[in-house]
Amino acid sequence: MTANTPDSTVSGKPGYPTDVYLFGTCLLDIFMPDAGMDAITLLEREGIRVHFPMDQSCCGQPAYTSGHPKEARDVARAQLGLFPEAWPIVVPSGSCGGMMKHHWPTLFAGEPEEALANALAARVVEFSDFLLNTLDWQPQDQGQPAKVAVHTSCSARREMNVHKTSWALVDRLQHVERVVHDHESECCGFGGTFSVKHPDISGAMVADKANSLQNSGAVEFVSADSGCLMNINGKLAKDGNTRFAGKHLATFLLERTGGKS
Amino acid sequence: MSQHTVTLYPSRQFKDNARSALGDTELRHSLRTAMDFLMAKRLSAFPDENELETLRTLGETIRQRCLAKLPTLLEQLEAKLTANGIQVHWAETPAEANQIIQGLIDRRNGKLAVKGKSMVSEETELNHHLEAHGVTAVESDMGEYIVQMAGEKPTHIIMPAIHKTKAQIAKLFSENIPDTPYTEDVDELIQIGRKALRHLYMKADVGISGVNFAVAETGTLCLVENEGNGRMCTTVPDMHIAITGIEKVVEKLSDVVPLYSLLTRSAIGQPITTYFNMISSPRKEGELDGPREVHLVLLDNGRSQAYADTQLRKTLQCIRCGACMNHCPVYTRIGGHAYGTTYPGPIGEIISPHLLGLENTSDLPTASSLCGACGEVCPVRIPIPEMLMRLREESQRPANEHVAHPLRGQGAGRTGKESIAWRVWKGVVGKASHYKLFGWTASHLRALTPVNQPGWTQNHVPMKPAAKTLHQLIKEREAKRS
Repeated sequence: MTANTPDSTVSGKPGYPTDVYLFGTCLLDIFMPDAGMDAITLLEREGIRVHFPMDQSCCGQPAYTSGHPKEARDVARAQLGLFPEAWPIVVPSGSCGGMMKHHWPTLFAGEPEEALANALAARVVEFSDFLLNTLDWQPQDQGQPAKVAVHTSCSARREMNVHKTSWALVDRLQHVERVVHDHESECCGFGGTFSVKHPDISGAMVADKANSLQNSGAVEFVSADSGCLMNINGKLAKDGNTRFAGKHLATFLLERTGGKS
Repeated sequence: MSQHTVTLYPSRQFKDNARSALGDTELRHSLRTAMDFLMAKRLSAFPDENELETLRTLGETIRQRCLAKLPTLLEQLEAKLTANGIQVHWAETPAEANQIIQGLIDRRNGKLAVKGKSMVSEETELNHHLEAHGVTAVESDMGEYIVQMAGEKPTHIIMPAIHKTKAQIAKLFSENIPDTPYTEDVDELIQIGRKALRHLYMKADVGISGVNFAVAETGTLCLVENEGNGRMCTTVPDMHIAITGIEKVVEKLSDVVPLYSLLTRSAIGQPITTYFNMISSPRKEGELDGPREVHLVLLDNGRSQAYADTQLRKTLQCIRCGACMNHCPVYTRIGGHAYGTTYPGPIGEIISPHLLGLENTSDLPTASSLCGACGEVCPVRIPIPEMLMRLREESQRPANEHVAHPLRGQGAGRTGKESIAWRVWKGVVGKASHYKLFGWTASHLRALTPVNQPGWTQNHVPMKPAAKTLHQLIKEREAKRS
């Protein structure tokens, strides 16, 4: 897709990208599509043309982390030809981004597509990282004063090393106070198929994470990973909680800056 | 051969064990408090992040170099130890190791052994073996002493009794040590334990210990400890038998310095332990103390299997600090016993399959959210999540598929149901037209989404597709614009 014409005043900066690909991720595509649209809107508002290859599906991570690399490779291979231009590939998920950036090179090592996979991996940028470090996003917060907690996915934190970017983006909102929650760096217990293979353990982890977020004093929480969001929100809803929930970072940032009227 | 066989079948019990541990609020509280304490201690021991990362890289480099030369270093170690008067024995299996140790004790007509902490002796279940052959083995490390008294296995490789509360220990002591009043005063409890142990060192026929580093260059056995019990075990009785795994050898004495620093700081946040023993020979002529015989038993027990594969070899870099357990959100919730193995937590998940076979451990590599906290703190940079994924792959690999270095129990975790599920998934997600159709169907028929989603709905409301997929939303927007 080609979106609206970029704002020439912004894109005129040297080194500023004019075009990006968006890899939407399968979870977000099926379960949280609004967050994907919000990410697109945010990027376009900064003068970027966002290209969404319609043939994309999944990075292959679910099979890869479950011990089925062949199936993972076949699925990942179907994505490799979708990004022909040298534009950044923005991924609104630390975990899918981590798969593409750090595991595709391993997955395709010794395969005919090795060079292509490596080249694509090098262009993968996590969404919050792109917004903060490439675009130097400067928001005008239009929301009411609010306390918000941030849950960073473990892949974002430890694979992509971008846990501080979500914090920094939230901190740039003039009326938002970011609160730290207890055991903030601890996993929410999702872990893909771990959550269904070991539901007792995963359940104990997500219960603790949900409690700690709720007890943080925040009115809501944000995360840049849809897996964690589905896990924590699914748990909160199961417990009958209707007042406290999490939002994708893209949705939150767009809402705060008047983009979702 | 010994009648005693090691019978650990963790996968048969893991999920049940985990469930019961999760329901034990006292245990949960003990573990969380202890792990929080240990994490904070470790952090305070590494105030300079750059120094930490430099040291970790150094630790990794040393361990990898030593492993690359392992066969040569083991030969050199044997030659040096022998020249120093320490007798070396090789054991391929736990049963062989137990047999060797029992034979050595029998030669002296020994009836009582005092033990310093040794996880390898837990691996061979040495105490049970000796007991069955008329030798009493008493654990002298305070934590080990407590779990032995309770008839349990250690729940943590550094802190064997970390799961126990003061009250539980007070009760154990008052019931098991003669003339002991009930007290929850920690200092008093420790004094009671120390007093009870003290006279045993004098009576014991043999002292048994583990080894932290075996130095090939000098033929030295290094033993790291805090209580002095290790020194007593290795110096007071006439015979000292050390047991360790073949991977514990380091090339040079200078390799020990950074590894020791990494070990104590990662484990418990200590810059150095109270005792660091370097054992280089039995008592020499004219010396007034020290054991008259020193033996080293080197155990393989599946380590060669990990060694044969260059990726899985990294597992053997481990220096047994336990930091991966302290930082693991799974271990913190279920504790060490649930794993049903000698080594629990992340390191246990990647070592146990080599020791016990994947057929007995196939649940362990999956018992991780791959959060990466273990790999982040590992002092020798073992990529534990990568090891876990590899073991998952071997566990899912068809049993009859030929590979260069097949693991024991290859394919043990594979089920027809899961294999078919992944093939179906690939068929749907791996082809754009199929995937688009799937997305369209899932969103349009979302009202028919199953309310019972196995595993998921135990903790969550059902996953329900959105009314329109991102693909559809973008397509609609495009249509509007053109």
